[in-house]
Amino acid sequence: MPDPRSQLSGRRSTRPAAGRPPRRGHLRRVDAAYGYAFIAPAVLGFLVFVALPIAGVFLFSFQDYNSLSGRSTYVGMENYERLLTSDVFGTVLRNTAVFSAFVIPANLVIGLLMAVLVNQRIRAISVFRTAYFVPVVISLVAWSLVWDVMLQDSGGINGWLAMIGIEGPNWLADPDWAMTSIIFVQVLKGVGVSMVLFLAALQEVPGELLEAARIDGAGPWQSFRSVVVPLITPTIMMVAILATINSLKAFAQVFLLTEGGPGLSTNILGYFIYEQAFKAFQVGFASTAAVFLFLIVLVLTLLQWWSRKRWVFNES
Amino acid sequence: MYLLLALVAVPFVFPVFWMFSTGLKTYGDVFENPPVLWPEDPRWGNYLVPFITGPFLQQFLNSIYIASVTTIGVLAVASLAGYAFARIEFRGRSVLFVMLLSALLIPPEVTIIPLFRIVSAFGWIDTHLALIVPAIFGVPAVLGVFLMRQFFLALPIELEQAGRVDGLGRFGLFTRVALPLAKAPLAALAILTFLNSWNDFLEPLVFLRTRELWTVPIALQSFTDPITGIPIWNIQMAATTLSVLPVLAVFFVAQRQFVQGIAGTGIK
Repeated sequence: MPDPRSQLSGRRSTRPAAGRPPRRGHLRRVDAAYGYAFIAPAVLGFLVFVALPIAGVFLFSFQDYNSLSGRSTYVGMENYERLLTSDVFGTVLRNTAVFSAFVIPANLVIGLLMAVLVNQRIRAISVFRTAYFVPVVISLVAWSLVWDVMLQDSGGINGWLAMIGIEGPNWLADPDWAMTSIIFVQVLKGVGVSMVLFLAALQEVPGELLEAARIDGAGPWQSFRSVVVPLITPTIMMVAILATINSLKAFAQVFLLTEGGPGLSTNILGYFIYEQAFKAFQVGFASTAAVFLFLIVLVLTLLQWWSRKRWVFNES
Repeated sequence: MYLLLALVAVPFVFPVFWMFSTGLKTYGDVFENPPVLWPEDPRWGNYLVPFITGPFLQQFLNSIYIASVTTIGVLAVASLAGYAFARIEFRGRSVLFVMLLSALLIPPEVTIIPLFRIVSAFGWIDTHLALIVPAIFGVPAVLGVFLMRQFFLALPIELEQAGRVDGLGRFGLFTRVALPLAKAPLAALAILTFLNSWNDFLEPLVFLRTRELWTVPIALQSFTDPITGIPIWNIQMAATTLSVLPVLAVFFVAQRQFVQGIAGTGIK
């Protein structure tokens, strides 16, 4: 909100309000007091339920803290060393990277394709928009449980595959397929959000620009690439950030479908933290893993944010 | 074209149908090969089993209660703060706003362990307060602050000047001028908040123990054989269908607000 007057008075406020009736300064102070009062619940809530827990995660990560015995001792960097040298954590990080490396691009590409598909002016198109959005609305638990039924060895998917002569794997119990299944369930669940964000952006693209491109002899693919994509880069970044955070906090589908297994094949960071803290009661160790998750989200988000000047169009 | 649109719809919509029809099957029919789209003898009684054998009704009411109270709280906290961040000048305004927004970047798994300690220090473990209070004042409220600020930024300044002339103070401007105009974003925020609270999984899983206090998502994964731990698939699917029906009903009635609420967090 660039209001020139406010910037001026802000700079002046350290000096005596020369030549100004005192009444205005008083009003401004009263107004500011209302401002602080209005934001107080949100800010205090943030401090207690967001900032304090983050500080707590760092604090616990330096402790050997077993919640079952209730004993905690300061151990310095021991948890970090243990984590970084553990094969299990290495596998968990690799799984997390694989998961995100498929989920994030899938959200961008499939979400954009679907948005283009439903951005047509044809009858009953809103029925299809609604249909594609259904998984976003229903809970992840419900979505995971129904896929649990369908992906069982003798479940629907393999039943239908058998009808066309394909013998499907045991999707959730086969180490070669479990991660693929989890990724599939995750992408179907969330891609509707990407579609809606892209659809909103596509509808803002001025028709004249597309018309001009067409007159200049651009084909549909060319005008999409050279006109539409540059205009929607802010949304592309938005979807990338959202998909990154959503993929890194994935938990319930792993908990419900595979419990990280078979073996460690679907054990990703969000599940690992829960498992360590609430099943193994290793709170210090789990907090150290949580520090990693926090740093990964932070670094990836900042990278996307900093890189925006290089490719995001019309960033003001 | 319509064929393509319909084909794409299959993986998004068919699972919901499968949820419903599996809920009507006998236990033995669930994994019939080839798969049975619609059972010959639909067992409508399956849909009553969760209510008879367990506290599913109570758990349903818990979810409605928690989501409603959370929604009302978030609307109050978010509209106040969103208004202040958009319309009132005070020192540190942008710094505080960016600080709040950072909450949206933090996955719940990161903070759940210390949050557990905080909540238990308040004596709220195994109570609904553990789900309600951190939601009203924590991360869900931040999304609301952002949405409401975006809306209030666009309100013309003349409206408030007119209110000032009529002798309204800051609180009056908020309640009499700004809020009545904010029905659309408030509705979108209410739907989003209710939905997120209704669908929460990690927090109730960690904070609640007593079966009678559970919310619906936690209850759904409890329809398992007590000895083998294998789900009682047909009953579980009946309960799952029951859990998505209210949400789907609201969605079909209010899809505009739904979609705008989601899109509204992305544009501007």
